[in-house]
Amino acid sequence: MTTSSNFSLWSVARHVLLIAGAIAMLLPFIWMISTASKPPSEIFSSELHLIPRQFALWDNLQTAFAKANLWRFLLNGVIVTVSIFVLQVLVALPAAYALAKLRFIGRNALFALVLFGLLIPPQATAIPVFLLLHKLGILDSYAAMVLPFTISVFGIFLMRQFFRNVPDDLVDAARMDGISEFGIVWRVMLPAAIPAVTAFGIFSVVAHWNDYFWPLIVLNSEHLRTPPLAVAHFRNAEAGTNYGALMAAAMVIIAPLLVAFLLAQRRFVEGIALTGIK
Amino acid sequence: MARIELKGIRKSFDATEVLGGVDLTIENGEFLSLVGPSGCGKSTLLRVIAGLEPQGAGEVSIDGNVVDGIRPSARNLAMVFQSYALYPHLNAFDNMAVPLRMRRLSTVERLPLLGALLPGRRQQERSIRADVARVAAQLEITHLLQRKPAQLSGGQRQRVAVGRAMVRQPVAFLFDEPLSNLDAKLRVHMRAELAELHRSLRTTFVYVTHDQAEAMTMSSRIAVMMEGHLVQVGRPADIYDNPRDVRVAEFVGSPKINLLPGRIRDDGRLEVFDHILRLTSSQTAGNCRIGVRPERIEVGSGPFSGRVIHVENMGAEAFVHLGHDGAEARVVARINDVRRLPEIGANMAFNFPADAVRAFNSAGKRIDVTAEQAERIREAALV
Amino acid sequence: MSDNAAAIGGIIAHPAARKEATPRRSRVSLTPYGLVAPALTLMAMMLFGPLIGVIALSFTDYQLGAPSLSWIGLGNYHEMFADRVFWIAVRNTLVYVGIVVPGAVTAGLLVALLIQSGTSLRGLYRTIYFLPVMATLIAMAVVWEFMLHPQFGLVNGLLREVGIAGPSWLQDRGTALYALCAIGIWQAAGFNMILFLAGLVSIPKQLYEAAEMDGASSAVARFRLVTWPLLRPVTTFVVVISGIRSFQVFDTVHVLTKGGPSKSSEVLIHTMYTEGFEFFRSGYGAALTVVFLGFILILTLVKARLADRGAQYA
Repeated sequence: MTTSSNFSLWSVARHVLLIAGAIAMLLPFIWMISTASKPPSEIFSSELHLIPRQFALWDNLQTAFAKANLWRFLLNGVIVTVSIFVLQVLVALPAAYALAKLRFIGRNALFALVLFGLLIPPQATAIPVFLLLHKLGILDSYAAMVLPFTISVFGIFLMRQFFRNVPDDLVDAARMDGISEFGIVWRVMLPAAIPAVTAFGIFSVVAHWNDYFWPLIVLNSEHLRTPPLAVAHFRNAEAGTNYGALMAAAMVIIAPLLVAFLLAQRRFVEGIALTGIK
Repeated sequence: MARIELKGIRKSFDATEVLGGVDLTIENGEFLSLVGPSGCGKSTLLRVIAGLEPQGAGEVSIDGNVVDGIRPSARNLAMVFQSYALYPHLNAFDNMAVPLRMRRLSTVERLPLLGALLPGRRQQERSIRADVARVAAQLEITHLLQRKPAQLSGGQRQRVAVGRAMVRQPVAFLFDEPLSNLDAKLRVHMRAELAELHRSLRTTFVYVTHDQAEAMTMSSRIAVMMEGHLVQVGRPADIYDNPRDVRVAEFVGSPKINLLPGRIRDDGRLEVFDHILRLTSSQTAGNCRIGVRPERIEVGSGPFSGRVIHVENMGAEAFVHLGHDGAEARVVARINDVRRLPEIGANMAFNFPADAVRAFNSAGKRIDVTAEQAERIREAALV
Repeated sequence: MSDNAAAIGGIIAHPAARKEATPRRSRVSLTPYGLVAPALTLMAMMLFGPLIGVIALSFTDYQLGAPSLSWIGLGNYHEMFADRVFWIAVRNTLVYVGIVVPGAVTAGLLVALLIQSGTSLRGLYRTIYFLPVMATLIAMAVVWEFMLHPQFGLVNGLLREVGIAGPSWLQDRGTALYALCAIGIWQAAGFNMILFLAGLVSIPKQLYEAAEMDGASSAVARFRLVTWPLLRPVTTFVVVISGIRSFQVFDTVHVLTKGGPSKSSEVLIHTMYTEGFEFFRSGYGAALTVVFLGFILILTLVKARLADRGAQYA
């Protein structure tokens, strides 16, 4: 697009601007790591320095894991996100297949409902669902954290769009081979939809790992806390005293997603961009 | 009106050389087609002329002035792209007005709200509107001017793209495979239209295509490119009848020219399928290829024979594919009387006149041959 | 040759057709319902039922744990519109949206344009700018809190170097909301950048070449003629999406300021949370939710209307 004659001047300017912005973006992360590596004496000083004179990362991490019970909470995060994702796929995939490939009365109405459901923000249904779970007596449990999210209209929508592009011939061939409709969903459509399922999986895992609102509402017990809640409670508990450990805890909480992101960037960007297409 | 000269143009993308030294002069007012198979470099050469791609080495001049440092917009050329590249958010009128507005209005005058208030703007707009209307009338798209590209058919979009090029009154028009996105019937129709347009404008047209039929029917001259080199330049009839390279002979003409495996004997005569032709060449003995166009092959009698493998009935004419033990490829011959088509599997004799032969040596270059006698060869030759 | 293929197809089709005559029809007719049943049930239970429920609840005085509820019509709404805190929350939310949306959209657009304008290090920059989107907001909010610490924080430390005495960002009524806005922009810019990058990549290259041939010689001219008009649909989309997401702001408010000091950073969803899940006034919380839904609905309608107009480009 640009002519090669002004190559060097613009190219340098571009990098300067982008690096300036990048520093702004990365500053919190750098500060977090730096603080997590400092002992309290260096943290509570008005003098600014980035590199700690005394390396205290290990101590801060130990404190974080001990005081904040991080292993437990990380495990909760894994349990909750994986359960949600698996159940979402179990619910969404058959429905998406039916909407995409089968003809039945009410199909258009159902799809219209799916589209309408996309417009409903999660906070809107919070109070009634909370009351429902309260009635069922399952508040303050894994079920309470997982159940409301097992229905993902976004997942249904996404899979249905994807399935529509899978050739009908594939389905007909499977039928002629004697596979039942249920079998077709799991043995034909799922393998064909791996990219879409992966992207959706990433979107779902990221969204639910990072979710603060819902666990806050439904949980009371400490042992069930998910990572965001863990950080929030740790912050409240420490209340301005042990920033080093707090920063270390924050590091641990965001590490899994960030590492996974750095390893599989393209998939992640696809998955998150999907929320936009929503 | 412009005479475009290309001297020693070279271009490489990373390690691949796409243009390996091209010298070409495009005369003022002519319709020159750049043809060749995909990847031969013809589009790259066109873009070098336009200035969209800088050449690695060599010089481009327009009317004697070297334009190498000059931006595309300043070279006074117009380009019609394969995808037409119409601005989708503007209607046909505004699309065609863009080059005029860019040239005649300053940046301030082009501002959406403020510009409209400036005094000179209204007058300019009027002259722009007149120019666009004139070109639209010439192309018969006046009734489409208010529509956006999405609301136009392929052929209509193509005309708007041509119109956008015409309003600028460039010194030369550059076409980059403009008809390849149209369906076959429309393509044939547009060929004639573009040729007529050239005749009425009398401006230089440089036309890139991979379709040899387009090049043959529209151009005043054809430049055949293969693998980054210009292999032959000449009038369509010359390219067809007198190919200097076997690749040119194969590329032009449909169905493809027959290339029969042959040999130059020690005495200079040509031999094919164990028959000696009454043609001699001054080349050294060795293998060669005898090229004969399908329409020059006479079936029914002759010293050669083959087995009918396939018959294609086109309606107005037919082509018969003959298999011969001596040749891997089939010999394709044209049959004019479609009411008497041969049976599959039958044996057919065939022959060809001496002046139909285009011989090529093993390197693919054309060998000049002279006929021993003026008469045609009818009987099996005796040695 | 095609005749043969048709003949073969006919031979195969025949026995299969014989096998799947009547039995297949009745089997297939129930299966789709079986396939969609779980989804449909859950949608009713978790989405549409609650949606109707929240609207209905807003007309009651229900409180969690109460034995019964009574219909109070617009009572909750009267209370809401008379409540000073409600209006402060609405105002703050609108200010937040009004700052974060332009900020994050512009930042995302500029970064996307910068990244696309050159070829080197695109992947690296994309990754860096996208990191804030991925990182758990609560965790990063806590980091930001420390960064904004009046005495030991990075921001005030840097300001001190330049001789400026920075305020107590999150404890000062005048700055709390704006500090949250900054965090919001920081977090959302990368997301918008990805959407803009997708839009930029989809602009056909030949349009830029045509613009070049037509006389658009400067980058600015090409931006005005090609980039900006073709980005308009993406831009409207990004703006609306950003708007909806900004309206939902909660995490940073709840963890960092709890709506304070003195309600200066109180936002709509936070008020809904406090009323619905701290005071357990379900009816009143539902009314707040309905107001929230109203705003979202407006934004969604705007998106739909603008999307229709943008569809002409295709």
